[in-house]
Amino acid sequence: MSNRFLAHLGRAYLGLILFFLYAPILVMAAMSLNASEFYQLPFKFSGEWYDRLWNNREILAAAGRSIWIAVVVTVIATTLGTAASIALFRHDFPGKRILQALLFPPIAIPWLITGTAMLIFFFGIGIGRGTPAVIIGHVALALPYVIVVVSARLASFDRVLEEAARSLGASAWQVTRAVTVPWILPGIIAGGLFAFAVSFDQFVVSYFLSEPGDTTLPVLIYTSIRKGFTPEINAISTIIIAVSMGLMLLAARFTKFGGDR
Amino acid sequence: MAEVRVERLVKAYGAARALDEVTLDFPDGGFFGLLGPSGSGKTTLLRAIAGFVVPDTGRVFIGGAPVENVPVEHREIGMVFQNYALFPNMTVEENVAFGLVVRKTGAAETAKRVREALELVQLGHLATRKTHQLSGGQRQRVAMARAIVTRPRVLLLDEPLSALDKALRVDMQIELKRIQREVGITTIFVTHDQEEALTLSDRIGILKDGRLVRHGPPREVYDDPRDPFTAQFLGDANLIEGTPEPEGLRLSDGKLLPGLKGPTIAVRPESLRLDTTEPTAPFRLRARLQQRIFGGAMGTCIIDWQGRPLKAVGRDADFRGLPDAGDVWLSWPKESTIEFRANA
Repeated sequence: MSNRFLAHLGRAYLGLILFFLYAPILVMAAMSLNASEFYQLPFKFSGEWYDRLWNNREILAAAGRSIWIAVVVTVIATTLGTAASIALFRHDFPGKRILQALLFPPIAIPWLITGTAMLIFFFGIGIGRGTPAVIIGHVALALPYVIVVVSARLASFDRVLEEAARSLGASAWQVTRAVTVPWILPGIIAGGLFAFAVSFDQFVVSYFLSEPGDTTLPVLIYTSIRKGFTPEINAISTIIIAVSMGLMLLAARFTKFGGDR
Repeated sequence: MAEVRVERLVKAYGAARALDEVTLDFPDGGFFGLLGPSGSGKTTLLRAIAGFVVPDTGRVFIGGAPVENVPVEHREIGMVFQNYALFPNMTVEENVAFGLVVRKTGAAETAKRVREALELVQLGHLATRKTHQLSGGQRQRVAMARAIVTRPRVLLLDEPLSALDKALRVDMQIELKRIQREVGITTIFVTHDQEEALTLSDRIGILKDGRLVRHGPPREVYDDPRDPFTAQFLGDANLIEGTPEPEGLRLSDGKLLPGLKGPTIAVRPESLRLDTTEPTAPFRLRARLQQRIFGGAMGTCIIDWQGRPLKAVGRDADFRGLPDAGDVWLSWPKESTIEFRANA
């Protein structure tokens, strides 16, 4: 009796969580397809906002910039992160544990603080604001995610395989390329997807580090909302959500976050 | 092909010495078995020859040349690992070809040698399989083919058969021996299975606590182990202790074994004879048969002599006239007595 009651309660709880997570998104997606500018019901289907979006050069430019920054960040963070993970896996050196511990706080430190700190630091050393600063900042934020994901995959790697490859005459680089990397490839892909998402969805650090008029998409969305909300924002947000969720689902597939299959 | 020599090899992990002044020659083209209990240093010795373990002091020679400064990948070795370490992302032929590919061998030559190696281990028909589709014995063969396809100077085998079940292990022993004979490569292998060592090797080395206790051809070591550890580790041995006297070894039951020095001697279980009436052999003991174990063709008798358990092994027919338990006579021929060096 009470077991069944608990089961119902659990299901209701899960339902509430999913409702509050996804209802706003669904409403937004619906409104992006509603003809009314003021969210009036009844719902009347219209592709107008997507049309308007397609002709909004400012938004398209910001979206393009966001994408290429995210791609550059993904390439750099994934390469550095994979190399770091392999080094941490292969070698024991003094201070290794401290170094590993130092990789995690950036995930926990509020981005607002990280962004402020980076802004002050970048001005201090002369990099200042702008796209290079944004890229450096994003790489720093994405790197721990890549290292965590790739290291998790490496943990299941049998080191004897590297010894076997060496005994067969493979140089360190050949061992890495032919044996180690193929094994951790799913982790590298998942880490790369994380890096892309961290960069593409990044608002706070981008807001601090980008120059006015040369902003990324999230920053542009924020500033446009302050000027006045238009359903175009619903449209672009819906697209971003679709892309981000797609990436995360892909990442989940590669890391098997949800268990096997 | 090359001979291998290690000279005064020392490797310490903290206070423990995994290798303690080990000097040993591995003859060219021979099959050398390194044998010892776990922690005896046999694997460390193999890994030092491979180059995975850097010795603290001492030298390693392959083909007469010192290799301390030669990294693993340039030592021209072939190695078979305990769990085979096949590359999971590659097919059987890709695994076997790996050593040739990293040496940038031409495609035609690679294909030819891979085919030859797979045929040598009788796996030609499985070339395109993924390694996870193979049975344990097949993986073992792939690992062998992969290790010899590069024509290494030395083949190192780390407990190569321990992951297989008993029946398959016996088959693979014969197979390993055949492959090694056909290729003629200097082979060093590590095992804790003394029967495997005796079957495969033409020379064996026995290690204990990082020290080389005894080495030589298996029969020689078996017949003359020289110390109680080797006697008991290689095969089974009944140790008998007594007090040395001018005319022989005086045992605790007052019996004299004429002409033996002692203080410890050993007799192999298969040398012991059991009788219900007193035999004429000069080496005989009065003991108590405790248990007869029927094992098919062979049987085992557990005997109590002066509170010490002894074991006799023989054809079941030899034990047929004996009671299930009770007083018996133990005897053995003089030439079957194993005597140890005085200071052992």
